[in-house]
Amino acid sequence: MNVRHIAADFRIVARSYFRNPLALFFSLIFPIILIGLFGLIFSSASSGPIALQVLNEDHNSPLSVQFLAELNQTHVVQVDVVNDASVTPATFATWLGQNDHSVGLVIPAGFAANLSANRSVNLTVYSNPQDAASAGQVYFAVTGVANGYNLEAAHGTVLIQVPPPQNVGSQVLTYIDFLIPGLIGFSILTSPMFSMVDVTSSYRKEGIFRQLSLTPLTRSEWLVSRILWYVLLTFVSAGIMIAAGIYLFSAHVGVTLGMLPFLVAGPFLFVSLGMFAGSVTKTPESAALIGNIITFPMMFLSGTFFPVSSFPPGLQAFAHVLPLYYVIDGLNQVMLFSNTGLAYTDLAVVLLSGVVIFALAVRFFKWRDE
Amino acid sequence: MASAIEVRGLVKRYGPLAAVAGIDFSVPTGAVFAFLGPNGAGKTTTTEILEGLRRRTDGTVRVLGLDPWEEGRPLHRRIGVIPQDFRFFEKITPKEAIEYYRTLFHTRADPGALLAEVELLDKIDARFDTLSGGQKQKLGLALALTNDPEICFLDEPTTGLDPHARRAIWAVIRKLKREGRTVFLTTHYLEEAELLADQVAIIHRGRIIAAGTPGEIIRAHGYPARLSVEGSAELAAYLGRELHVPVYAEGSRVEVELSDRRDALRILSAIEASGLPWQSFETRQDSLENVFVRLVGQMDEGALKSEAPG
Repeated sequence: MNVRHIAADFRIVARSYFRNPLALFFSLIFPIILIGLFGLIFSSASSGPIALQVLNEDHNSPLSVQFLAELNQTHVVQVDVVNDASVTPATFATWLGQNDHSVGLVIPAGFAANLSANRSVNLTVYSNPQDAASAGQVYFAVTGVANGYNLEAAHGTVLIQVPPPQNVGSQVLTYIDFLIPGLIGFSILTSPMFSMVDVTSSYRKEGIFRQLSLTPLTRSEWLVSRILWYVLLTFVSAGIMIAAGIYLFSAHVGVTLGMLPFLVAGPFLFVSLGMFAGSVTKTPESAALIGNIITFPMMFLSGTFFPVSSFPPGLQAFAHVLPLYYVIDGLNQVMLFSNTGLAYTDLAVVLLSGVVIFALAVRFFKWRDE
Repeated sequence: MASAIEVRGLVKRYGPLAAVAGIDFSVPTGAVFAFLGPNGAGKTTTTEILEGLRRRTDGTVRVLGLDPWEEGRPLHRRIGVIPQDFRFFEKITPKEAIEYYRTLFHTRADPGALLAEVELLDKIDARFDTLSGGQKQKLGLALALTNDPEICFLDEPTTGLDPHARRAIWAVIRKLKREGRTVFLTTHYLEEAELLADQVAIIHRGRIIAAGTPGEIIRAHGYPARLSVEGSAELAAYLGRELHVPVYAEGSRVEVELSDRRDALRILSAIEASGLPWQSFETRQDSLENVFVRLVGQMDEGALKSEAPG
């Protein structure tokens, strides 16, 4: 491995890239467009009242009905009382998930009786972490109405307690916060995959690899120079996406050093995978097909746009065999939850599969024919 | 003089098909060697085996004393290769390409000087995808010279080029020879081989069917030279009687075989002595192209099926 060879090849890659407007567009402008598009679609600022599923265990006592009516009057939520008798507080969370509801509220049994007796009660708010914007607003509305009751009560003691919504971390996260790690993962996957599959198969067809095989450049040097290039590109595009998310949509993602290993290991994995896919196929057309077969499921099923936890169990299991899942999960852990422990596991999976695929790529990637 | 290239019993099989069916030849150091053959004869396969780009099935091959497949890395530092239809990174300029090769080969080659040598200096900063076919081929040639090679392999370097570009490439090949480099050239332009080559081998269907200098091949396989004048059948009959050599009447021309140049005077005297009208004399030498076409044609008819290679 000769550093000067890698540097010389790196300059060739960089120059080719900067002179190709389309490649630059997809690496640098496209991420901003994605952030803007998804940010606008999913930012809740413009939406009307949020549908709030309410499980009223107090059997429609007058006080609970009045509480819900006041909740409706906030115009933040639209109360939707669950009439399905089979739903219990224990199964409510599952039921919400199965029926695609993102927020729910449980009014406990004895709500009216306890309030009348000046005993405190707990209202439980359920929310989908990925729809945290709604969760935040619902929580705000519920505590607001509850405070009214608390003030009315004698001595101003807190009677209705609303614990923070379940499943949400220390801060209220919005969809855009989840979108940023997802889209960083998206570009870690797509940028090297599409280009490496194409480059590997067309360079072989055009004889450029044969040309290079006649120089002292080795296959590993060639691959390392590509990996370095895509690591650089990933740093730039991740920076752009984070900046766009923060300035355009007030995202609160943590920019930590913990991201760096993923921004290196991710491109390492997918540059190798792209080259592998381009090497095992005979023509550029079949390479593109294989590339798409590998890329597209991963693009959507690894938690890029939608959380894997919202998938049906079978699809969740499938997501767990996709290497991109671990890149995105790791980025989520370090950027959103400051959970370095879980991120280590993710990083280990990414690195291990990267090493295996790198070795396979170098093994199957031939400069010259037999 | 030591051989730059030595090939003995070279065989390359693709499945049941033998693309190269046992060939022997050697190229002396400093010579221009032209490898001729119709498309699909085995030229490119042989060339790629010599360059270390393809593995041989059988036989021994030594290029600068090295086995091209097993010792490709040390060999590639000492040879220059211009493949057929040279392609390179589309957005890279000739100057950058040479700088790239210079770093890879650890040489001090000067891009300006190399590009001037191949007459491409005016395109030094043009991107590869804007170059014409001839200009691309010239860049391939310049790149092949970056490492100051002892042997240059040129696989059909002028195919598809306009006459001007072809002449520019020929000039470079002559210069390579003057610099003492060995040149291994494949071509299907016989004229090119005749003009440039010291040694020629003709390969057909994986076998060498003729080898030597162009003159040797023409003498061995060509028709004898003829002296030809415009004249009547009567003149032909007269000459046949007088000279005791084969005389042919073809259309309005009379042709006499010339086994020795010195016979020409004797023949011309006999023609003049006949008293019959004649004009516009010329001598006709079989060209390498005629020999090539005839040899390949005969072999395709099966006439030479059993002839030993060489």
